[in-house]
Amino acid sequence: MSPTPKQISCAEFQSRLPELIGSGANLSENEHIQTCELCRDLLAELEVIAQAARDLFPTVEPPDDLWKNIETAIKSETGTK
Amino acid sequence: MVGNIAEAEDLTQEAFLQLHRKIATFRGDSAFSTWLHRLAINVVLMQLRKKGLSLISLDEAMEPTPEEGPGRSFGAPDLTLTGAIDRLALERAVADLPAGYRLIFILHDVEGFEHNEIASMLDCSIGNSKSQLHKARLKLRDALRKHLPQEAQL
Repeated sequence: MSPTPKQISCAEFQSRLPELIGSGANLSENEHIQTCELCRDLLAELEVIAQAARDLFPTVEPPDDLWKNIETAIKSETGTK
Repeated sequence: MVGNIAEAEDLTQEAFLQLHRKIATFRGDSAFSTWLHRLAINVVLMQLRKKGLSLISLDEAMEPTPEEGPGRSFGAPDLTLTGAIDRLALERAVADLPAGYRLIFILHDVEGFEHNEIASMLDCSIGNSKSQLHKARLKLRDALRKHLPQEAQL
């Protein structure tokens, strides 16, 4: 007789989580998630963190003279003027 | 990744210098953008090592450690992170991550690279990339929970 979803321990389920999340599968349909509030909460929180990350660190435009400095450094290294 | 604009500019310059020095070694085994990104990441990693930061190298970060086992991640069931996360608190938590975790987290969750791209850039397996990202998120979750108001943790 195969184990019921609840018989899969949280530790076992969570050890599979990196692969499950990384697979992009819809985990709301996972049997363990449907029966385990602890793991459901954990998953929800990790998803919130991942979503919040998208708004972090807005792109900073490089200053106008950065490329000029890079060109100067490369020319200096190659000995060209 | 380094949390400092002036330093980021210096590293950008260094990355282009490295590109100039090494362009002849590019053999087309991977996309040029992947090769360039990897080169730039190596510049960042070298800088972090030079500064002696708590790097937790990619290798170390991928090794499972007893205190980071899966059982640790389910403590109190009723958490409150499912509401809006304070952006500044999250940025601070990301900045406090060991560099190896921070790198994967930023590449995947912030910049949107896929695990196969990250694995190629960092010369690690896709499984390691997934595992390290998961550990980074767990660490962030722990850090954010510590800053929750006391009543929210009950």
